[in-house]
Amino acid sequence: METSCCCSCSEQKISCSCSIFQTDSHITTANRIDHLLARWGYKRSGHTVRPGLYRLGNPDADSPVFASANYTISFDILRSNLKGFDAYILVLDTKGINVWCAAGKGTFGTDELVKKIESTGLSHIVSHRKIIVPQLGAPGISAHEVKRRSGFTVEYGPVRAADIPEYMKTGKATSEMRQVFFPIQDRLVLIPIELVHVAIPTIIISIILWFLAGPLAAFAAITAVITGTVLFPIFLPYLPTHDFSMKGFILGGLSAVPFSAMYAQSSDLPEWALAAGAIVPLLIIPAVVAYLGLNFTGSTPYTSRTGVKKEIFKYVPIMAAMTGIGTIIGISLCIFRLAGVI
Amino acid sequence: MFHSYLVNSLKFHKDRCINCKRCIEVCPHGVFSAGESHVELVHQARCMECGACALNCPVQAIEVESGVGCAWAMIRAALRGRDMDSGECSCGGDAGSCCGIE
Ligand code: SF4
Ligand code: SF4
Repeated sequence: METSCCCSCSEQKISCSCSIFQTDSHITTANRIDHLLARWGYKRSGHTVRPGLYRLGNPDADSPVFASANYTISFDILRSNLKGFDAYILVLDTKGINVWCAAGKGTFGTDELVKKIESTGLSHIVSHRKIIVPQLGAPGISAHEVKRRSGFTVEYGPVRAADIPEYMKTGKATSEMRQVFFPIQDRLVLIPIELVHVAIPTIIISIILWFLAGPLAAFAAITAVITGTVLFPIFLPYLPTHDFSMKGFILGGLSAVPFSAMYAQSSDLPEWALAAGAIVPLLIIPAVVAYLGLNFTGSTPYTSRTGVKKEIFKYVPIMAAMTGIGTIIGISLCIFRLAGVI
Repeated sequence: MFHSYLVNSLKFHKDRCINCKRCIEVCPHGVFSAGESHVELVHQARCMECGACALNCPVQAIEVESGVGCAWAMIRAALRGRDMDSGECSCGGDAGSCCGIE
């Protein structure tokens, strides 16, 4: 990427930023390592490509122009799917954020697109006036505004870059290509970042629980978090109900049962104490998993803000109550035990 | 019962629609479908309020309160005593959660 600066200013009379870079469709090992680090959340905003115009292969004045974000994964997915094509890629400055998120924020937007069309002198480089924008950039782009301000017609390409070759052949995206799905591979790549988010608090809480309530409690805490961040995304479409919180309660309830059973059969405590203790995981684990599940809404491509807000009002109080009651019972049992009552 | 996503802020004014079909093109959830003299709003509940259709409709026939449906951002805003709608999705930020698509 960005190897040579191929400046074609000779064809241009007026001011030109002379920033045409050359790229290819090859994904190197270094690219793959960069993607992996990005997935694990290492330096979130550090995975950037230089904004500007790129030549892919050997494009001429009639070659298509594709818009992309300056997040390495977005750019690399596009160029690798353009293998064999001669094209231009116009990289917008989205501050290292992918097309979809940047469109939501407006950084992948009408203003930035128009600005980049102008600053790269695109109208002097290609003879046509068409730019192919990824469909998922549409929440930030107003096609008719771009047309009015730059003269370029926005054509929305397919949702997935993998469909581009087909789209280029037929000149049209099928309704299938226009739909967002959330298949297992898309859900799996999100797991690392979810885990990274919760790792430190989980470790701290587990250590505290180990000392206060023993290894079973520490293991239960880790299980709750793994269930909410790893199993939840995997089983998402198969869990009953639409609400993420409810899905979380169900999955959390299932993962709490073994802990409850183990506690109930554990020690030589009086029956009432065993029963009370067995309730604790059934209260806390589902609440934790439901909360983590609810937070996963931000990672999915289909939850509306109105709906998520409704979920928050509906379920967060229940989660808080369950966690609160569970904690009180747990602490009481601890105190009783320390005090020698049981 | 456990479906909080049936209602949303999407509004379609079919009297204004000039049947250009841009909304069908940009919507990632097939909310609109082609019709005789104007498009039809066929799957309201599937709308995720991304705002693409409204922004790309040349005659403002669609209204939607667009925003990112991210519980994390909204809860964080609420905890800080701010309006929940002001909670900005922080995907891409150093500590942010992130949406699933590249
Ligand atoms: S974009 Fe607007 S005018 Fe065009 S079909 Fe959709 S609603 Fe009608
Ligand atoms: S807001 Fe987005 S999801 Fe909803 S109808 Fe418009 S384009 Fe489709």
